[in-house]
Amino acid sequence: MKPLYYIGQYFMLMRLVFKKPQKYRVYLRQIIFEIDNIGISSLPIVAIISVFMGGIITIQAAFGFESPWVPIYAVGFTARESVVLEFSSTILCLILAGKVGSNIASEIGAMRITEQIDALEIMGINSASYLIFPKVAAAVLIFPFLTAISMFLGIYGGYVMGVSAEACTPYQYIYGIQYSFQPWKLYYAFTKTIVFAVIITSVSSYCGYYTKGGALEVGRSSTNAVVYSSILILLFAVIITNLFFNH
Amino acid sequence: MIEIKNINKTFGDRHVVQNVSFQFHQGKTNLIIGESGCGKTTILKLMVGLHPVDSGSVFYEGQDFPKLDEKGQQEIRKKIGMLFQGGALFDSQTLEENVRFPLDMFTDFSKEEKLERVNFCLQKVKLDGKNKLYPAELSGGMKKRASLARAIANSPKYLFCDEPNSGLDPKTSLIIDELIQNLTIEFNMTTIIVTHDMNSVVGIGDNIMFVHKGQNWWTGDKTQILNKSNQELFDFVFASEFMKKVYKGLHQAQ
Repeated sequence: MKPLYYIGQYFMLMRLVFKKPQKYRVYLRQIIFEIDNIGISSLPIVAIISVFMGGIITIQAAFGFESPWVPIYAVGFTARESVVLEFSSTILCLILAGKVGSNIASEIGAMRITEQIDALEIMGINSASYLIFPKVAAAVLIFPFLTAISMFLGIYGGYVMGVSAEACTPYQYIYGIQYSFQPWKLYYAFTKTIVFAVIITSVSSYCGYYTKGGALEVGRSSTNAVVYSSILILLFAVIITNLFFNH
Repeated sequence: MIEIKNINKTFGDRHVVQNVSFQFHQGKTNLIIGESGCGKTTILKLMVGLHPVDSGSVFYEGQDFPKLDEKGQQEIRKKIGMLFQGGALFDSQTLEENVRFPLDMFTDFSKEEKLERVNFCLQKVKLDGKNKLYPAELSGGMKKRASLARAIANSPKYLFCDEPNSGLDPKTSLIIDELIQNLTIEFNMTTIIVTHDMNSVVGIGDNIMFVHKGQNWWTGDKTQILNKSNQELFDFVFASEFMKKVYKGLHQAQ
């Protein structure tokens, strides 16, 4: 019955998180701080991974197509589809679950064991809402931008690698990334990103919020945050993919 | 005034607090004393609602705190300041931001008014000019004083202090005790201090509850505590060599 207990505890926490904020100005300031903390600080890792992954996908596609019936522009097409549909939404969020999720769980966990959360409660502040809501809101706002940047850099990385490795010409690559473009796939990618943003921040905050003990337990909460977030991301990726592709 | 009536708390099969009743007076330093693990911090946490009581009442000016709804409890909590054992300062904020925090959340003061209040509180705890320091840059005693400044920032009616002297040298402990007592008198607060420091007990104990095995074992004040009134209290008060010498001195004088 333990999993049911944890699921119940998670939703009870979320009920507190989404209560009416006590002071909008303070919350707004916190959201801006978290946008920087969660989003802007993740830009370098997002950029590096996106460029290289885009390049790798392109080269694998270029040298993997052995049939003469496959046109060369398919390299660009493959890079676009891989980056937009899966890499920049799901894989990127798995990476962010590691970076952002562990950060959130350890921050809130450390606040719990050093009585900082108790201090908030005694002041009459809804600690769950004050600590967690700005993180969730910030992630929902900034993750789509990170995804968009990742899409652009991934496709651009593919272009640079593909052209420099002489796997395709610039024209073929650009023709390929424009070929048979369906805008709804962007909605699909951004929908996933927003859902994953909520999962990463809320699950990691939950793991940190209920930390008990000392430094060892903070580390354990941080690990749990990454593991549970990753599993839920994959689970919801399947659900959302089914919803979009089966209709 | 705060009054607790027959409060009980059980953790698993351990009955940590058993039918404890006591009155904490306004404008006085009320002490909860007892050996480690006797349940005094639990009593404090029950009083501020960090743990729910199993049974019994905690009256703040006649209002039964555990029976109030969430909004009612929050209203009372806004009147509470608390000094935690470890300070519980927000690590990511400077001293100024820490002290300003309750003002940001619960007042509509202008920036200038907030800064004025922050400086007033920091000056009260003798930390004026240290506004831009982070908690990690403060010593143990400074952290306690900073925490005290945050606790009084919003002019609380009730001040709770959980072992304010733990980990401090005797001189700094004395400074903290004096600060708490002066602030209690100046702001006419109901101050409740959990401690096992005998210097604090004989120094600032206006109204004392001795807790033993989770029960209210003895009540009195600092003038009465040195009289041998029961064995458990005697063992606690005169446990140290220093206090044994005090006891001998008292007897010889008589």
